[in-house]
Amino acid sequence: MSKRVLEILKSKFGDDIYETHSQFGDDTAVVNPEKWREIARFLRDDPQCAMNMFVDLTAVDYLGRQTPRFEVVLHLRSMDRNHRIRLKARIGDEDANGVEIDSVVSVWKGANWFERECFDMFGVNFKGHPDLRRILMYPEFVGYPLRKDYPADKIQPLVELRNVPDKLPPFGIDEGMPFGRQTHDYPRGEETN
Amino acid sequence: MTTGGAGTTIQVLEGSETGFATTRFDALLNWARKYSLFQYPFITACCAMEFMAMASPRFDMARFGAEAPRFSPRQADLLWVVGTISQRQAPALKRIYEQMADPKYVFAFGTCASCGGFYDNYTTLAGIDKVIPVDVYVPGCPPRPEAVIDGLLLLQDKIARGDRTPAIVKPRRDPTVQAGNLVRLGKKSTAT
Repeated sequence: MSKRVLEILKSKFGDDIYETHSQFGDDTAVVNPEKWREIARFLRDDPQCAMNMFVDLTAVDYLGRQTPRFEVVLHLRSMDRNHRIRLKARIGDEDANGVEIDSVVSVWKGANWFERECFDMFGVNFKGHPDLRRILMYPEFVGYPLRKDYPADKIQPLVELRNVPDKLPPFGIDEGMPFGRQTHDYPRGEETN
Repeated sequence: MTTGGAGTTIQVLEGSETGFATTRFDALLNWARKYSLFQYPFITACCAMEFMAMASPRFDMARFGAEAPRFSPRQADLLWVVGTISQRQAPALKRIYEQMADPKYVFAFGTCASCGGFYDNYTTLAGIDKVIPVDVYVPGCPPRPEAVIDGLLLLQDKIARGDRTPAIVKPRRDPTVQAGNLVRLGKKSTAT
């Protein structure tokens, strides 16, 4: 039961814990991004928390849904006490300015590649990361493909594509999967469900 | 001249009595190429397991004279592109194709290699024919081994005829024709 961890966090950090949430064994805390690494280090070192296992780190883009547009999500687990917690921090404005947060590589070494992936896909700048460069996409790639404002049909080929007719008969225009072309242009500031 | 069995005669040619055949030179070359395909497997994704099954004894690709896989493009003349090709891999695929010696043939194994499959995004190449010319497309995700054998025989047929236009393995049965005969599951008979 890591609700106890949430209680410890709230008593220790007070106003820097913006929200907490517990459901179905998922315990989540939305924290102040300024205190990101401090909270992470506390969770690792405090004997009652003992979050010695880094599980996952990624980001979510809520374009047009919320004002700090990105949410960095960190999943932690304690091998000794067998509890988990999820930390979130909201960063960045509508135009993706100020998308930066402290790196937690100095707390858990395992965070290194996850932060590189998050930088690669979302353009989150991790301050203090030892080697922040693309990990999945090629170095020539421009932009961040998992941002919601990256065009769904935009490709950046490395070699010149041949000029071929789009497809031969069995691969006609109606043969593809229609769900591949969904666009995610949510109206700004308007709730869409 | 010897007499064998009931009324059949067998003639044994001896000495200078050897036979001959006439043909065109390119037809002879094409016939030789057809049965000596040296494969280069460029295998990236889930179709790889299907390819292994194709090469293993049950389906036995070797019986069509496409036996020897060569892991050097300079020693191969049939490029099997098996699996999804990403934008990042496309330059490597193109370079391998360019390094192969002429005459060279390309086999697109599976839907991803043929047209990108269900990937329609920033990272996947929408079919290898955007980068290199393809001789035979085998659709299917993954293709049935029978379809791959059809494709290989189609390629050999095309080589024999000297035909370099792209070809597609057609389904054995047209699903739209068969649709009327499908059994509706979960629906009781209305005959009573």
